[in-house]
Amino acid sequence: MHRQLMKGNEAIMKSAILAGCRGFYGYPITPASEITEAAATYMPQVGGVFLQAESEVAAINMLYGAASAGVRAMTASSGPGISLMQEGISYMAGAELPCVIADITRGGPGLGNIASEQSDYHQVVKGGGHGNYHTLVLAPYSVQEMADLTALAFDLADRYRNPVVLLADGFIGQMMEPVEFPQTATEPCLPQWAVAGTAESRRNVITSMYLDTDKLEAHVRQLEAKYFIAEQREARAEDWRTEDGEIILVGYGIVARILKGVAAEARAAGLPVGVLRPITLYPFPTLHFQRLVSRAQVFLVVEMSNGQLLEDVRLALNGARPVEFLSRVGGNTPTHHEVLAATQELARRHLTAAPAEEEWIVHV
Amino acid sequence: MSSEPEITWEVARSKPASFYSTYERKDELQHATHYCPGCGHGIIHKMLAQAIDDLGMQDRTVLISPVGCSVFAYYYFDVGNVQAAHGRAPAVATAIKRSRPGSIVISYQGDGDLSAIGSAEILHAANRGEPLTVIFVNNAIYSMTGGQMAPTTLLGQTSTTSPHGRSAAHEGYPLHVSELLATLEAPVYIERVGLGDNRQIAQAARAVRRALENQVRGLGFSLVEILSPCPTIWKMSPVEAQHWVHDVMEKTFPLGVLRDRTQTAQAVPAPDPPPTLSAVPRILGVADTGLPEGLPRVADVPDVNLQMRVAGFGGQGVLLLGEVLAEAGLDAGLEVSWLPSYGPEMRSGTSNCHVRLAREPIDSPLVTHPDVLIAMNEPSLRKFGSTMRRGGWMLYNGETLPEEGSSKDVHVLARPFTQIANDLGDARAGNMVMLGALLEIAGSLPQTSVESALGRLVRNPRWLALDESALAAGRRLMRESRAEVSHAG
Repeated sequence: MHRQLMKGNEAIMKSAILAGCRGFYGYPITPASEITEAAATYMPQVGGVFLQAESEVAAINMLYGAASAGVRAMTASSGPGISLMQEGISYMAGAELPCVIADITRGGPGLGNIASEQSDYHQVVKGGGHGNYHTLVLAPYSVQEMADLTALAFDLADRYRNPVVLLADGFIGQMMEPVEFPQTATEPCLPQWAVAGTAESRRNVITSMYLDTDKLEAHVRQLEAKYFIAEQREARAEDWRTEDGEIILVGYGIVARILKGVAAEARAAGLPVGVLRPITLYPFPTLHFQRLVSRAQVFLVVEMSNGQLLEDVRLALNGARPVEFLSRVGGNTPTHHEVLAATQELARRHLTAAPAEEEWIVHV
Repeated sequence: MSSEPEITWEVARSKPASFYSTYERKDELQHATHYCPGCGHGIIHKMLAQAIDDLGMQDRTVLISPVGCSVFAYYYFDVGNVQAAHGRAPAVATAIKRSRPGSIVISYQGDGDLSAIGSAEILHAANRGEPLTVIFVNNAIYSMTGGQMAPTTLLGQTSTTSPHGRSAAHEGYPLHVSELLATLEAPVYIERVGLGDNRQIAQAARAVRRALENQVRGLGFSLVEILSPCPTIWKMSPVEAQHWVHDVMEKTFPLGVLRDRTQTAQAVPAPDPPPTLSAVPRILGVADTGLPEGLPRVADVPDVNLQMRVAGFGGQGVLLLGEVLAEAGLDAGLEVSWLPSYGPEMRSGTSNCHVRLAREPIDSPLVTHPDVLIAMNEPSLRKFGSTMRRGGWMLYNGETLPEEGSSKDVHVLARPFTQIANDLGDARAGNMVMLGALLEIAGSLPQTSVESALGRLVRNPRWLALDESALAAGRRLMRESRAEVSHAG
């Protein structure tokens, strides 16, 4: 296969078009703008629609319209723009409309900065909009996964008729790595529930409104049933040398890349360290965590936010093992050496038979 | 026995086919609408359904229901229905129309929806000239929610949120949306009509029909504003309310055509047919065309694990230098990563990137302790010099290394690279002189990979020639300098 050097943001858009996406509605924002720019370049060439909206509020409602018309469609933004989209995301979940939203996270709150953070975890994973709904959330950690998980996101969005968010930090969006794509493009098709301005689709209605309390309750229960199935089937995580891991490092996105480097160095020094990387953040890969409890002595959650992933890890482990925490925010990254030092400290405190200290001194 | 007299009749007016016979989507009273006696929506719904019938486009029609009393429009219209969030109907309609250009998309909105919360969406849909039909029902108040003030509420008019009467000083003046939109270039047709008497209603029906015809003809944006009575909230009888439209509302919102380009406007051209699916990978530039021919593969490259930081002023070609190296590494069959600093730094101040080349899969693309630093200016040296690994290489763009910029146990090559490039023809090729020197140090990347990468990234032949000579100069410089290079610190 032909591997190309490409930015994560560009890989998202190319993969989306190969997956049959034919609508992109967006508003520029650093560090996600390359996705919008790529859509502007390619959508007209493949018979798709690209439109730069007047705001993220309009963009997400255009996505609502495109999805209503049965088109695979997506948008891309970053924290402040995702905040503005929450209303529309709630409507789409309520109206059971599929779509893909890429959130290339930057620093917050407020204007924050444009450096890479993971602080959109809560607003994306817990659903920043109103009402009883979830978005499915995928967390790529490489340019290849930006491509692969985008394709998966469209399939999941259609399967569950629900918005799916690709939650990536600015690093994953901005960096270039080798990537390869499938050589066949998915044919766009028209779902039978869509409103497409045709005789066949005339009786269809897209709405999230159920005035009758019993009807709304039934609707919410039906959404819950769907989410329950997703929780059973779609939770994904990568186990990296966790089989005999006594210290488990936990992180997603760029952090997981750092964790692998740390774990490799710690392993070389004889420390039993593994990495558990959630790939889906909702559904959260709870079972992957619980499976490790019999062997693992302690979990170290590392994130570029203030304990947002940490909450889900604690819930997943439910007190079975201690959960430690290392966080950098503001656009700073946890460095290899910070994480390694924290890992060594955990070994001292939690492992009975830690190797002699000099064996795992940091080599700079 | 007398037989029943035979009665014959002809139906002059009947329910439009675009209305359902009974309203199955309603919970109760499925034979009646939910609208109050004397409400304008019933009249407007009927003229809209009649126009849809007359133009023979029931199957093609998609009606957007907004938030407001007409939120339930989908109870009544036997057409494709999409219910939208408050104010967002023009955005929803835009995407439906663009996704399905053959559909007839109608955005049906009240004055709270369209002129307040949705003021941005209507303005931009109109300005883009979206070929939509907007029915804007103006009753000067938020009715569904119990009579709060709208941007269209008249001066002096009381509402639950302007209980002392709207004052210009406190709430501003009634917003004339149609007049505002008529200042834009794109709209094709904007008319304000009323339901103040039968003559006005007949004119309103003609306007609604024209606004739909325009869309059938493929013309641009059409909007009909309809002054409509709300007896319940206005606390009037249906007759009083109708008179109030005619006698009072009209003074603030004069009726008439505000824009009519229907004779001169050109139909929006049909989109080009999409390419075949098999052409898509090629269009995206991801088709498997194989590698450039004749390049050495990884087997020919000795063990590599390069962790590099490139830094300098924006405009010095910092990112390109890194990209050429990463591309060349990929061509040589290595694992590579390239991570830029981004944003405002691109436009001023310093710019930098992280580059890794390795035989094994790369864990972190972040390089916090580089074994090669290319510092194209002094601030970069100060920022990253102290982070270097022992035994690494530092290339500094300057005659001599500032004393405090040195790092222990690091090889240093300080040269005026920019000046060397300037002598070659352009100071901006200084990055390639430095890359040439680096390639000589690293010694692992085949020359052909570098040339191939440079050729792909630098398309301008003049620049390519310059960059190639700069690379060669850098290599020469490094070879000649070997003897002088010493460990700093």
